Order: sequence, then C-alpha cells, then structure tokens
Amino acid sequence: MVVNYIYPEYEIVRNYDRCINCRVCERQCANEAHIYLSDEDQMVSDDSKCVNCHRCVALCPARALKIVKSGHTFRENENWSGKSINEIYKQAESGGVLLSSMGNPEDYPVYFDKILLNASQVTNPPIDPLREPMETRVYLGAKPKKIERDETGQIKNNLPPHITLSMPVMLSAMSYGSISYNAHECLARAAAEAGILYNTGEGGLHEGLYKYGKNTIVQVASGRFGVHKKYLNSGAAIEIKMGQGAKPGIGGHLPGTKIVGDISKTRMIPEGSDAISPAPHHDIYSIEDLRQLVFSLKEATAYTKPVIVKIAAVHNVAAIASGIARSGADIIAIDGFRGGTGAAPTRIRDHVGIPIELALASVDKRLRDEGIRDNVSIVVGGSIRSSADVIKAIALGADCVYIGTAALIALGCHLCRSCQTGKCNWGIATQREDLMKRLNPDIGFKRLVNLLNAWKHEIKEMMGGMGIISIESLKGNRLMLRGVGLNEKDLEILDIKHAGE
Amino acid sequence: MKRVYVNEKWCLGCHLCEYYCAFAATNKPDIAIALKGKKINPRIRIEENDNISFAVSCRHCDEPLCVKSCITGALARIDGVIAINNDKCIGCYTCILSCPYGAITISEDGVIQKCELCINTHEETPQCVKGCPNGAIVFEERG
Repeated sequence: MVVNYIYPEYEIVRNYDRCINCRVCERQCANEAHIYLSDEDQMVSDDSKCVNCHRCVALCPARALKIVKSGHTFRENENWSGKSINEIYKQAESGGVLLSSMGNPEDYPVYFDKILLNASQVTNPPIDPLREPMETRVYLGAKPKKIERDETGQIKNNLPPHITLSMPVMLSAMSYGSISYNAHECLARAAAEAGILYNTGEGGLHEGLYKYGKNTIVQVASGRFGVHKKYLNSGAAIEIKMGQGAKPGIGGHLPGTKIVGDISKTRMIPEGSDAISPAPHHDIYSIEDLRQLVFSLKEATAYTKPVIVKIAAVHNVAAIASGIARSGADIIAIDGFRGGTGAAPTRIRDHVGIPIELALASVDKRLRDEGIRDNVSIVVGGSIRSSADVIKAIALGADCVYIGTAALIALGCHLCRSCQTGKCNWGIATQREDLMKRLNPDIGFKRLVNLLNAWKHEIKEMMGGMGIISIESLKGNRLMLRGVGLNEKDLEILDIKHAGE
Repeated sequence: MKRVYVNEKWCLGCHLCEYYCAFAATNKPDIAIALKGKKINPRIRIEENDNISFAVSCRHCDEPLCVKSCITGALARIDGVIAINNDKCIGCYTCILSCPYGAITISEDGVIQKCELCINTHEETPQCVKGCPNGAIVFEERG
C-alpha cells in the first residue's frame, strides 16, 4: 500500500559515533527492524517494525542504540487521542478485532498505590527480621471446622488436602504454547527451588516437567487440553479455570501455526489445528455444575489434592465467590482486570473486569459475613508488582498471591506487549526454535529465584516493621492499612481507614 | 585446568564473543573507540549453518599438535595454556595446518594469533565468556 496512515510509535536512535557495525542488533531482531547495508558498510533501522522490546538495546556492546517515543503527533485533541485515531486506521485497514497482550495498560486507579502500611513506634516495638525468626510459610486449602477425637480421645487428623508454600506467592497460569518450553522450565525449577508452586495453564504438562510435580498446579480449563488421569495426579493441586482477568467472558485461541511438535502432543490435539478454548465450560452453567466438576476431579485424584477455582474479578465477584466456597472447592483464585495474557481482544482487556483490590476486599468480607471464609483459601492475581503489593493483598484478606507478569519480567520480558505476534525476542512468548533458545533456563530460573528471595526478605522487613512475626497474623489485618486520596466509598469497600484516622 | 567450553544448544549466533575478543586484544578503554570502522580479526569464531551455531577457539589440548609442529619453539604449553612468543614466530603457519580445530589464525602483524584465555590482557574470566548473553560459553574445570 502506498499510503501509510500510521507513523511508527517509537523511533530507533542509533549513535553512529559508537556503532561498530557488529550486526548484533540485526541478528537479534525477529521483527527485522535493523538492516545491514553491505555496500555502504552501515547499519540502518526501520522504525515501523520496532516493537520496543529492547533486545537490541540490551545486547548492543557499544551502547549505540536507544528507543525513544516518537515526537510525531496529531493536532492536539483532548477527545481524540493519537491512540484512538491510530486504532481506527488499523481497523479501517484490517477489518479485524484489535489484539493486545499482557495486562491492561490504561489509566485506571491502582488502589495498591493509594494504600499505605503501618509500622510500630514506641508502644509496640518493631521486630528485626535478621535477629528474630519470621514465618512466611502459608497453607492453602479448606480449614477443618472443628476438632474431632477418636474413641481413645486422640485428635483425629481431619485436615483436608492442602498446599504448603514457603512464602505467600505462586506463579500464575501460563500455558505451554503461549510461552515457550524454556520459560515453563524456568517457572517449574524456580518454584521447586523457592518452595512454592507454579501453574501449567491450560496447555497440559510437558513430559519433561513431570518431575517438578509437587511444585505444580495442573489446570483444567474450558478446552480441556492435555487433561488425563496421569496429568491430574502429577501436580500438588488442580485448578479449574473459569475466567481470566485479562479477558473475562472470553475464551482462548492458540493459532494452529503454534500447535506443532511437542505442543500438539502435550495438548493432545492434531498438529496445525487451532486450539480454541470456549468462553464457558460447556458443562458448567451453575454452581451445582461446578460442584460436579470439582468432585469429578477430586474423585480422579482420590481426594488427595485441593481444587482451586479461578475466576476473573467481575462485578458480582463476591456472590460468585460465595457460591464457589460452597461448591466443594478448597481455594478460590481471583484474577483482577490488570492480569496479563498472551493475546486478548484489546477492548475486552482494557474495559472489562474490576480492580483486584476491590474484588479481594469484597470477597473476603462476604465470605466472613457468611461464615464460610474457612471453607476456602483466597489467592489473588492481576498485577502484583512488588512485595509491597503482596503485603497489602494479604492485609486485605488474601492467603496468597499469584504473579505472572512479574515472573516473566524477571525472565527478561520488557513488556513490549507483542506476545500475540509469536516473535518474542526474549524467547518467552514464542515457539520459534531460534528465539526459544534465547532463554537459557539455567540463567532464567536463577533470576526468578532471586526475585522471589528478594521479595521474601522485603516481606519480612515490612512485617517486622509492623511488629508482626507471622504472615498468618497479617492476613485480613486491615488495621495495618490506611488509604490516601480515596473517597468514602472506596474506603468502605476496602474496609480500611483513611490516613490520619 | 579451567578451559573455555561452548554449549551449542545455547549459542544464539549473535557473534558478540568475537567482538568482545577483538576488543580485549586492543587494550583500549572503550569498545567504540577500539573497534569503530575496523574489520575485526578475533581469536574466537562462530561457525554456523542453518539454525546451528557455536563458537570455536583454542582447546588448549593436553597434547597440542600446534606446539609439536612449531619449528621455532614460538608455541609452548605454559601452565596448561598454549601461549605464543611473537618474537620467535616466523610466520610459517605450520601450526595453522596442524590444528584440527582451525583455532589458529594469522594476525595483522603476519605472525599467528590464537586464544590465550585473556591471560595477557584480563584477570580471571576470558572476555568472550563474560560477554556471552546466554551462558553458551563457559570457563570451567572439566575432568
């Protein structure tokens, strides 16, 4: 096409005083944004192909490259942003649904950033985690309602199956297919090393990763890909995925081009066929139906594994969670509207769902009000960005958090949000052999373990500051939280006081 | 003895090792100043075909054919490292012919050049190992 309506969003700036024509940028860019002109012995760049993933910038040995936001602009208009105009150009050209990846980047309030933590002063001493033992271990699953004794008066072990974690963080569901085998291996090995769990996502579990079973949550989603008895029994827990924060009410679609080799085998579908996960589970239209699946899975695993039900945070999340807590599920996972994805329709990702902070607070309150909070543990995800977010989520009532995007960033993701192209230059969201090998699990898993250890240290520091020595004492401890710049309604839903109160 | 080993599985064929090698040999403070406008002549080289690539440099053999073939005694095995004495090399290139790995090349001065594990220029880790972005080149003790 001769007329190109869209000017590139980013420009590649090359410092020719420093460029040594080593061509690393050219070799490392799967988008082919860098070109070497042999006649001129010079590198040039095509800004229109750049996704701003920083692979070239990170590997350039001479620091000759940087990516800047284009200064090119439309005539100023507070109503029609350049983004809105460009999206119309794209759709006018393609006639298709706009696709996006990773979490919602739009300007909605981040409640975690409007909540502050308490610390002890004078009357209740803070605790130094380097001197005192600090407990970050958590147990997920239903809690026994009462103590039962046998005929001889001994206490009976009536603890339902549960998960033990060294810290209140798990790696959230990312399927083999949406991310590479090497990325999955990083997650599995990091989970095993850190004493936590990772989640297979709905793409099944590759043969090579069964050995990390006791650190694995196996997922059963609407497409039922890769689900069989050995799979269900290989993990420490089973998760039924009802929804995902990035695309509530929407299924998944892994294009046939990605269903090759081991992915086709692991998903148990023919090579080249599209892997379509329906929006609903076609056998679940009520809590009673959900209960049937929960117990089918428990039956298949001889009642030895807790069952998690994962839902997206939507308007009625508290009522839905109440139903799930009565369905026999052991754990509820709630995914906020900022949760990541390998591909979702842009409009769904950016406009559907509610913030996880509000969803969590209302679910925790509802379950406590109804006296069924101990039926389930609550796990929340959807943009937990730091250990401070972890602490705030726990004080708002969560038992544990899921991190997905943060884990991928530790592996090298630069949030260029182009996963849907399958050309991830960092070897994460791709199935191309030459790109996949860029993520060496020996390096990746250590980086992820480092992140988890760093967060654990920070969690202990913050707990110590509050005078708390066990994560259990922080759970639902909203007195440790104060809001800043929140209105009455926000504070009421979060059930926290305003700073200064 | 620690040697440079290459794991082909993780080699990306980015050729960064070649540039870090060439930079190390210049002893200049900045890679852009050192290599700007120059064709590099590194002591480690990427061999590649289709999707397979790996770096090749001197293996520092226990029984080095290059040392045996050197007619002037310019090549010697010192503490396990096959080292060159530039003053003795007359540029007959017999060593190049005899090296089964093709790890010896001709330098700009006409004498030979090969990987000497950065012993003359850098402490500890060779620069190709340090600069490999994917851990494909390692410097370690193997039996």
